[in-house]
Amino acid sequence: MKNRFATFWRYRFLLSNLIGRDIKVKYRRSKLGILWSVLNPLLMMLVMTAVFSKFFRFDIPNYPVYLLSGQLLFTFFNESSTAAMGSVLFSAPLIKKVYVPKYIFPLEKSCFSFLNLFFSMIALMFVMLITRTSFHLSLFAGVIPMFLLFMFCTGVGLFLAAAAIFFRDVMHFWTVIVTALSYATPIFYPESIWQGTFMVYLGRLNPLYWYVTSFRGCVIDGVFPSVVSIGVCTFFAVAALVVGASVFWKTQDNFILYI
Amino acid sequence: MEPMVSVKNVSMRFNLASEKVDNLKEYLIKFTKGSLKFEEFWALKDVSIEIMPGDVYGLVGLNGSGKSTLLKTIAGVLKPTKGTVTVNGSIAPLIELGAGFDMDLTARENIYLNGAVLGFSKKFMDEHFQDIVDFSELHDFLDVPLKNYSSGMVARIAFAIATATKPDILIADEILSVGDYRFQEKCENRMKELMSGGTTVILVSHSIEQVRRMCNKVTWLEKGNVIMTGPTEEVCRAYSTKY
Repeated sequence: MKNRFATFWRYRFLLSNLIGRDIKVKYRRSKLGILWSVLNPLLMMLVMTAVFSKFFRFDIPNYPVYLLSGQLLFTFFNESSTAAMGSVLFSAPLIKKVYVPKYIFPLEKSCFSFLNLFFSMIALMFVMLITRTSFHLSLFAGVIPMFLLFMFCTGVGLFLAAAAIFFRDVMHFWTVIVTALSYATPIFYPESIWQGTFMVYLGRLNPLYWYVTSFRGCVIDGVFPSVVSIGVCTFFAVAALVVGASVFWKTQDNFILYI
Repeated sequence: MEPMVSVKNVSMRFNLASEKVDNLKEYLIKFTKGSLKFEEFWALKDVSIEIMPGDVYGLVGLNGSGKSTLLKTIAGVLKPTKGTVTVNGSIAPLIELGAGFDMDLTARENIYLNGAVLGFSKKFMDEHFQDIVDFSELHDFLDVPLKNYSSGMVARIAFAIATATKPDILIADEILSVGDYRFQEKCENRMKELMSGGTTVILVSHSIEQVRRMCNKVTWLEKGNVIMTGPTEEVCRAYSTKY
């Protein structure tokens, strides 16, 4: 264990370098560069607010903040898991030649997306200012569900990265799952529309539901996350990490034969 | 004296799926039918070698004899199916140069990235950055994306990075065949410099001349079997008479 940590410590420079590379490559030749991390969710939010406040009316106070807070977290989940899924495959030329701890690649993707999430939080603050949402002290507690979600995403990413090596189908299937999850999470609609449907029960099995509602509580309602919600979020995070890491661990010696 | 690298009874098996099954449907169908068969292919069969500190160890053999597989097990890229590989020291792999490069980044950024891939720290790279640039002679192109480089130029940087450190073990797989004549010479000199400083070198080359010139001990591999291990002259003579 100590040894593993020493290896990780030795390769931390690789981790930071890969994150730096991703940032540079993502915003290469774009005039606004990293500003897009803020601008993109902002514009998306504008489009969706326009659509949903005109055509489908939901009775949600402060819709822009409601929408954006849910969407930022979900986008993070989508981005990090999808990027992590292909990360080991994408690094095949490297893995075939040099010994590098392989979990670095999915881990790097979730770190990179997490960093992006923090940048995008600027957009949320901006919208909160514009809409005159009151700022609560609990806003700072919002990092708790964010961090737990990061753990969850890392676990999912490790699992997907390993699975995609043996079965490329996973890559196609995952987009369907993400879409399903995005509708099963109250992002653009209020939780109340679940009433009287099976979603009342099923919706609570969706991990994303817990992260999003807990985060929203901190941002909009000014309440600190409850023990239950922190407990559930932690449970999903740890479960994902344990499953993801052990699947990755058990299969990683065979990666090289399939990539 | 303790050997630097000790390879004991290493066998490496690859499953050559007669058709590559990498999607779930096929896998399930074949699995339920019980017809999930693989053709086994042993790339290495019970190979044992010992490399002492300061050795310049050559591996010779035809294509597909298992040289690169052996190097990869030593470098830790492949885990042997049977047997053990023990390495006592740091390894700088030079297997196919440029593995850790990103063509969209500039040379400067790539030097750091590649250093990180080899497990070097930021401090180490800062200290050696100038040496690497000097050795590769690419001062004027540092901020040009690598995709605009010629392959020879990429190889120069890669070689400079891998040998910037004084590794205990240098693994060199056909590396000296890149770059122009003058740069090849420079690489050979750098390797000689490392060797005289006590670095152990494992060299794979198709040029028997080069092996003769540089190595003190050679193993001849054929189809995954060790045919002969011994002093350079002896093995090279036997090898040359056969081919």
